[in-house]
Amino acid sequence: MLRLIISRLVSLAITLLFVSLAIFLILEVLPGDPAAIMLGTAAREDTLAALRQEMGLDQPALIRYLEWVGGILYGDLGTSITYKMPVSTLVAERMNVTLPLSLLAILISTVLALPLGVAAAARRDGPVDRAVLVFSQLGVAVPNFWIGLLFILFFSTWLGWFPAGGFPGWGNGIGPALQALLLPALALALPQAAVLTRVTRSATLEVIGADFVRTARAKGVDRRSTLRRHVVPNALIPVTTILGLQLSFFFGGAILVENVFNLPGLGRLAYQALSQRDLVVIKDIVLIFSGLVIVVNFLVDIGYTILDPRLRSRT
Amino acid sequence: MSKRILAAALLLSVSVLPAYAAKTSLVVGMPIEPPGLDPTIAAPVAIREVTLANLYEGLVRIDRNGKVQPLLAKSWEISPDGLTYTFRLQEGVKFHDGTTFDSADVKFAFDRARDPKSTNAQKQIFAPIVSIETPDPATVVIKLKETSGNFLTYLGWGDAVIVASETAAGNAANPVGTGPFKFKSWTRGDRVELVKNPDYWQKDKTKLESVTFRFISDSQAQVAAVRAGDVDAFPNLAAPELFAEFQKDSRFKAVAGNTEGETVAGMNNAKKPFDDVRVRRALMHAIDRKALIEGAYSGFGTPIGSFFSPNNPAYVDTTNVIPYDPAKAKALLAEAGYGNGLSITIKSPQMAYASRSAELMAAMLSEVGVEMKIIPTEFPAKWIEEVFKNKDYDVTIVSHTEPLDIDIFARDSYYFNYKNDKFKALIADAAKTTDEKARFAKYAEAQKILAEDVPALFLFQLPKLGVWNAKLQGMWENSPIPINDVTEVSWTE
Repeated sequence: MLRLIISRLVSLAITLLFVSLAIFLILEVLPGDPAAIMLGTAAREDTLAALRQEMGLDQPALIRYLEWVGGILYGDLGTSITYKMPVSTLVAERMNVTLPLSLLAILISTVLALPLGVAAAARRDGPVDRAVLVFSQLGVAVPNFWIGLLFILFFSTWLGWFPAGGFPGWGNGIGPALQALLLPALALALPQAAVLTRVTRSATLEVIGADFVRTARAKGVDRRSTLRRHVVPNALIPVTTILGLQLSFFFGGAILVENVFNLPGLGRLAYQALSQRDLVVIKDIVLIFSGLVIVVNFLVDIGYTILDPRLRSRT
Repeated sequence: MSKRILAAALLLSVSVLPAYAAKTSLVVGMPIEPPGLDPTIAAPVAIREVTLANLYEGLVRIDRNGKVQPLLAKSWEISPDGLTYTFRLQEGVKFHDGTTFDSADVKFAFDRARDPKSTNAQKQIFAPIVSIETPDPATVVIKLKETSGNFLTYLGWGDAVIVASETAAGNAANPVGTGPFKFKSWTRGDRVELVKNPDYWQKDKTKLESVTFRFISDSQAQVAAVRAGDVDAFPNLAAPELFAEFQKDSRFKAVAGNTEGETVAGMNNAKKPFDDVRVRRALMHAIDRKALIEGAYSGFGTPIGSFFSPNNPAYVDTTNVIPYDPAKAKALLAEAGYGNGLSITIKSPQMAYASRSAELMAAMLSEVGVEMKIIPTEFPAKWIEEVFKNKDYDVTIVSHTEPLDIDIFARDSYYFNYKNDKFKALIADAAKTTDEKARFAKYAEAQKILAEDVPALFLFQLPKLGVWNAKLQGMWENSPIPINDVTEVSWTE
């Protein structure tokens, strides 16, 4: 187990190093001069040069890359070009939105999908199964930002139950903050829940058809216990794989949903930074997102070994 | 028991009383979040829309009619040769950090702006300054090397607000000015909160206790926030197609005013066929400005024939110089040698007004045999790189939001690649003319030159579609400069 963790951590570090190089190179060729964006269409050339110098853009590329990576190793993410603030502070502020949002979406998605998928598989072609198929078909087809717009129209504009977007901050109590996050989390969760429901259903169906399930039934274990003790634990293995993959979708989807709901999260910061060519912030956020995905996959790997005893004995 | 009743009565009175008093908080919605809160180091309009007049003050201010009014300078004298400005400053003014404002701060702020290392986006407004003297704490004497007709107006812009030497470096994140509101907090990506400055030098200037600026980029979300009452005022709504609904709703006041944004389809005047004035005129004749405004901005917006804001007192209407006339357009194209058709491209940014205008223009031009292909170009980053810096384009479309910026057509290296020595001399002359009447006449002549020479297709003035709660008073209907001055706003009940 320990050896597995260490080898995983090493490959994690190497992947991140490659990712950092790729991000840097892509941003090098991306058109757009951050100084010209800050100073607008009326600025003179000498003013632009002064700002470029202030931003450190007049340094050679290699030096800028080494300074960036070196800074990160010392825990310094640099200073945002547009906000003139340490990126670490900005990111920490935004994490307060994106992390709870993603966690809430994962919770909703899992709580919806697992029981639905198992219930649909338990009575194949029954009314529940048909309903679940329609739901998952719709959920897969409709993008999250559009669900978000519909939610705003229905729950905020017509019913007035939820704010139409924005985030009051955690300082004003947990209630209003959760209220602001619920609709976006639902919009983020539903398409993923649809995928997860389908996977749970087909995984469960596959296990239900397996020999050991028939044996269990033949030995006199009742339907309910078979499902709980034999089918679901085995079906969870492919479901975990999908859930792990979905976590990266949640972070990516947050960019769209945060923009629709006007939430000050990491995804929105990334979008703003990109349009302002705040290179420092873009580099850091893409690296953080990549890091998160890599770490999540690492955790999923560990999760396998817990779920599947066969993997545990092998290492 | 009696104590409890008393407590309950107290509680009741506390919770009931404020309901009878007029509301003193204001939530203003804006489409774009400012990148930093220092208008003296960056150009974005959003910075000025949060901070100017509310947080920071200049020596003078621009009022809602575009006129110069005294502010931190209570009066001034201009020497007969127009080269020496003597400002008498308000006394007893304090910055938000408690330090005193005096002539040294004015000298510091302007020296900082005109320093070679300064990143002030409008550095040219300080270019004529030779020296700044401070004979006493309440007097500033500014000497110019050449006369500057718009000097006082410039001093009312966000680029010329007075900042203190102790705090200037941190203003982008933690702004300190002399205005009636001071900075409370900035939840980045969501809102900036300001609170009343209890030590403000003009007692009782504002009735508001707090102002919150909320940033909502999606136009549907803007409308939803106004309807739901999450936002009290949206001075610049980005949803023209939904604006008419607000105009019918008595709960709201909806006013279509003017901004300083001239929407123009700039052409590459150095490139064939745009180097031929007949082609440029033909393209202008092919465009029906009224229909364009109808389609691109739901009919809001004023047609323009040149590059000057209808807000400005020196504005002259030139829309009839080259009117909509497709037959004339065809004739001119044939004369220039393009009778069998012409194929061009337009680099169009993603903003709704720009992409819709580009589509409508393409349709109008096809009527006169010009095929215009639309190339979507991300604004600002890609547009600035390709069009603005590299001048790699045929036609483009963008709204120029800086006030009084007709001089961009007199700049050699500007993206229009337009060269007209007569125009250049006229603009330089107008800038130096201190007599208002004479200056306005020169600007009028300059407008006419552009209208006839059409270095860009002059389309329409970007409207300011403002929506606010009908119980609010004092909101600005036009924006003669980029600003959201809420210092005179109050609730009627």
